[in-house]
Amino acid sequence: MLEHVELFFKSIFIDNMVFATFLGMCSYLAVSKKVTTAVGLGAAVIFVLAVTVPLNWLLDQYLLRDGALEWLGPEYADYNLSFLSFILFIATIATMVQLVEIVVEKFSPALYNSLGIFLPLIAVNCAILGGSLFMQSRDIQSLGLAFNYGLSSGIGWFLAILAIAAIREKIRYSNVPAPLRGLGITFITTGLMAIGFMSFGGMLTGGDEAPKEGEENTVQTSEEEKIIEEAKENTVSFNNAIINE
Amino acid sequence: MALLSKKDANLILDPLADNNPITIQVLGICSALAITAELKASIVMAVSVLFVMGVGNVVISLMRNIIPSKIRIIVQLVVVATLVIIVDQVLKAFAYELSKTLSVFVGLIITNCIIMGRFEAFALANGTWRSFLDGIGNAAGYGVILVIIGFFRELLGSGTLLGYKVLGDPIAKTGLYAIGYENNGFMLLSPMALIVVGLIIWVQRSRNKALIEEN
Repeated sequence: MLEHVELFFKSIFIDNMVFATFLGMCSYLAVSKKVTTAVGLGAAVIFVLAVTVPLNWLLDQYLLRDGALEWLGPEYADYNLSFLSFILFIATIATMVQLVEIVVEKFSPALYNSLGIFLPLIAVNCAILGGSLFMQSRDIQSLGLAFNYGLSSGIGWFLAILAIAAIREKIRYSNVPAPLRGLGITFITTGLMAIGFMSFGGMLTGGDEAPKEGEENTVQTSEEEKIIEEAKENTVSFNNAIINE
Repeated sequence: MALLSKKDANLILDPLADNNPITIQVLGICSALAITAELKASIVMAVSVLFVMGVGNVVISLMRNIIPSKIRIIVQLVVVATLVIIVDQVLKAFAYELSKTLSVFVGLIITNCIIMGRFEAFALANGTWRSFLDGIGNAAGYGVILVIIGFFRELLGSGTLLGYKVLGDPIAKTGLYAIGYENNGFMLLSPMALIVVGLIIWVQRSRNKALIEEN
């Protein structure tokens, strides 16, 4: 149970898809002009991630990874099909998106009207494929955890796009330097938000307590913390600079 | 440029500056930001995308008359995924360390919006040679930005370029470090990539006022 809680918060805040790994940036930037559309896209991402990550986990576990075909019989134990994972994952995602679209249209026209236009967009959203690829490279242990990972990364993405959409609605009334308007200021705002999210980094290690994930991580965290402290000062001055301009 | 007519040459030159995929069209940001902490990784990523775009655009343009429009997305995805698998396997075989650094981002070339965007917008409607030029041009425009970001992040972040210590040795205190220069480790962290792109956009749009958009 504890590992579920840990993974949940870790995926939302520490490994936030947008701020830590830059997944799904294209739609994040393109569809964040209004809060209502951002909510629609965010909900669709949560939905599709929660469906595709567990599905791809099953594929990975029983088809792709080294020795995964053992259930077919001992002579298949040597096969390693992991080089096929890109093509299988993307095929699953494209199919699922199509399927979800059909099902939603049939059973819930209201939901379809709000999600509908975003669903085709999502097949090529890096956040979805990225979720599956990270699930594979981070060696998620069980189907439940895979579902949890998909759901919580989706929620993290949702929060990110919601926040930036709200900020962009406000920024419209500010006096931004002309060449920075639109895209430029959105990038810089996202950068500052990412710095803010880095402060969640120490959440799971619990300060002085010995961290669980091996030494490499410790070093990184303490380095990051140092940098975050510097960063906070920088952020304040940066913020002021922006406000002054 | 004797080989290319003026119109064809524009296919390559436009995306390098005024119609840049990253700073103007806002496509393919994910990978541009995530792997640019080192110049070498940025260059490899740029070359990989160049290969995938060039070949992919040609393949799609060759098939453009026989792809039913209803299933074109999945056909495109299969073409890209195949090319990306080739890139991934080559990297794993000849540059294993580097492929570890790039990790999932090689796979994410598949969903790089530049590629799907160019397939949809150009290769499906144009001849093979022109599609090839368009692919190369857009991939080059993407690569240029990647290399610029990688250059500044590695230079300011770790004081090296492609692994060479161009600013002197930080431990032995030679070169610039002798007069008290310090590396800005913050440049290596992900948020700075966003801010560097923001600054590039700022510079580009200050030089070309026509690109300024509404708030």
